Amino acid sequence: MSVLSVFFVFLYYVATAILFVGLGYRIWVYFKTPAPLKIPTTPAPTTVGGVVLRMTREVTLFESLFKSNKWIWLFGWLFHFGLLLVLLRHLRYVTEPVWWWVTMLQPFGKYASFAMVLGLLGLLARRIVVDRVRYISSPSDFLMLLLLLGIGLSGMLMTFASKADIVSLKEFLFGMMSFDLQPFPGQPVLVIHMLLVALLMIVFPFSKLLHAPGVFFSPTRNQVDNPREKRHVASWAAKLESGKR
Amino acid sequence: MADFDVPKIKEDIIVPKIHPGIMEQSGPFVAKPEHQKDLGYPEKLLDNWQEAAIEKMGELLKKYRSLKVFMDSCVKCGACTDKCHYYLGTSDPKNMPVARQDLFRKVYRRYFTLAGKYFPKLVGAVDLTEDVLDDWYNYYHQCSECRRCSVYCPYGIDTAEVTMAAREVMASVGKGQKYSNEIIGKVYKIGNNLGLPEPALIDTLEGLEEEVFEDTEVEVKYPVDKKGVEVLLITPSADFFAEPHVDGLIGYGKVFHQAGISWTLSSKASEAANFGLFIGSYENMRRIALRIREAAIELGVKRIIFGECGHAWRVAYSFLNTLAGPWDFLDQRYPIPQHIIEFTYDLIQKDKLKLDPSENDHMTLTFHDSCNVARGSRMGDKPGGQFELPRAVIKAVCNNYVDMRPDTIGEGTYCCGGGGGLLTDDLMEVRVKGALPRMTALGQAVEEMGVTHMAAICAICKSQFSKVLPYYGFTMDQIVSVHQLVSNAILLEPGQKNEPGSNSDD
Repeated sequence: MSVLSVFFVFLYYVATAILFVGLGYRIWVYFKTPAPLKIPTTPAPTTVGGVVLRMTREVTLFESLFKSNKWIWLFGWLFHFGLLLVLLRHLRYVTEPVWWWVTMLQPFGKYASFAMVLGLLGLLARRIVVDRVRYISSPSDFLMLLLLLGIGLSGMLMTFASKADIVSLKEFLFGMMSFDLQPFPGQPVLVIHMLLVALLMIVFPFSKLLHAPGVFFSPTRNQVDNPREKRHVASWAAKLESGKR
Repeated sequence: MADFDVPKIKEDIIVPKIHPGIMEQSGPFVAKPEHQKDLGYPEKLLDNWQEAAIEKMGELLKKYRSLKVFMDSCVKCGACTDKCHYYLGTSDPKNMPVARQDLFRKVYRRYFTLAGKYFPKLVGAVDLTEDVLDDWYNYYHQCSECRRCSVYCPYGIDTAEVTMAAREVMASVGKGQKYSNEIIGKVYKIGNNLGLPEPALIDTLEGLEEEVFEDTEVEVKYPVDKKGVEVLLITPSADFFAEPHVDGLIGYGKVFHQAGISWTLSSKASEAANFGLFIGSYENMRRIALRIREAAIELGVKRIIFGECGHAWRVAYSFLNTLAGPWDFLDQRYPIPQHIIEFTYDLIQKDKLKLDPSENDHMTLTFHDSCNVARGSRMGDKPGGQFELPRAVIKAVCNNYVDMRPDTIGEGTYCCGGGGGLLTDDLMEVRVKGALPRMTALGQAVEEMGVTHMAAICAICKSQFSKVLPYYGFTMDQIVSVHQLVSNAILLEPGQKNEPGSNSDD
């Protein structure tokens, strides 16, 4: 095993651990932090079913963003939907035999990368061109877009130009999953792609990428509008009551 | 008229280019020691305020899921940047919702996240310095907690939650806001925001009874502390004498009178407003809310109805059950609490009110959806009832009604500019500028549809517009109460209990 292979084995074990432990910890914190008051942004659904629908629209169609700004919606949706297809297509590298629906998605997944990169470029352009968005941007906001662009472009390069050695890559990944380590195919573009992906996994639980789990915990979106019908009291608020009344 | 440039109403609501720092110096008076003390806060800025503030932030992050999730979730997409009326009116970029949140978020990142601890520059994290505290104080008092930004955020981030947290942190280290804290003190000591003591209240209401009698020859009662009646009415104290609020109160009385439902006000809970919301203090909000429970028990009422007040209705509708419930001793057949609009609407549906809408024919009305009612509450049993019911009531009592343009009403309504604890003269500039989008939409309705008056169901909206309308070339009496319109149209039958045979001309 080359130094490169050992490095990637190490990197991906660590990155995977950080991603899952970090994200799991965040989700646990969101879960256990109480929401003492009913604060859905109204008009809001009055039933749990309605809330599920609202949340589904929010995370699949980006409903609120659509109301807000058609450009951000377009670029954001292109990026996220493209990324979703691309990610699903990538399942073929970690499954054997490859699930039938992943095979079916294959052509769409390939071209979805264009949507993804186009969306990212649009978001980057807005960050630079629109004075209000430029004002609120930190270096990390630009770097995050560049990181995702780097991942997308290096991936596209391998899909459409210099094909990566997929067979060896798959052996490497399966080796890691079964703790029977295999060498990493050291093509430069693949090295860059995999490095950037590992970096993304590592920064995920420490960055604004937390919006992904966060949206599900957002009280303004996930609460049922029924405060008159059902009394809602958080644990710490209940303690205030035990004393005086 | 003003020692600042009053914005000109343009053809349309314009998103301005940013002008950093333009409102940097605009902040309200700081609470005096006595105002702080009444609420259980330190009397002046603590010597170790920085340490105490960080500790309080940590406490709030553990108590409020909203705050914790909102701190982490913002991606700086920019969707909210053109949604705040204070940004549209001032062009100061720190009045963009995301930038306002970021004042808090930058400090959160510095002290509570790994990235901010080790790479502050990269992620825009800053120490909590005196300059930062000044920015907090000034810009968190240029937010009316109206929640408009939360409608448009893809993650539902509500800047109001952040503003409340920041204000709570500041008050708890000794830098509270005079206006809100002084008023809460008055509520504790006297019972209402205006500091109107019981004898004065009784006197005022007797005056009202006489006035209504002179007007209608009908003995409409405005009772206080009457035990054993059906309804306890909780209304903002501005209703007792401010214009046009008091005309609304007259209207409530006439509606109760005609419906034949007994009611009373309470001298103990002679205030619907709950400024505990504005300063983000659960404890104070709860203490204020509990007065209503005590009053309801003491008076032995069966129902609680709230008068026209925006944030009070949010607290009542969304929080009262939480803060002061359970309300098992009230009549469960009615919503607890109920809004006066819901009450009047039901009576209209059941044809129990005699109304002559032509009494309002001299006006063409439009309706300003108050922010807290629109985005923080509901009326009736369907989502959006808070938009439909007030309009239905207005249309039942007025022949001429039109809506302002759709993006400025309903869930997208613009705040009046004076909500959230900003209704104070020391914030006149931000109040006037923050009203610009609403004034623009009103101007269009006046030009294009001949609107003469705008109705509202919020004491703060009414006070704010009375003050701000003249800055934009309107007159202060163009803002009216919804129950003022009801009052105009209602045909009272004289002499139910007295003076049989007397006749009213209308």
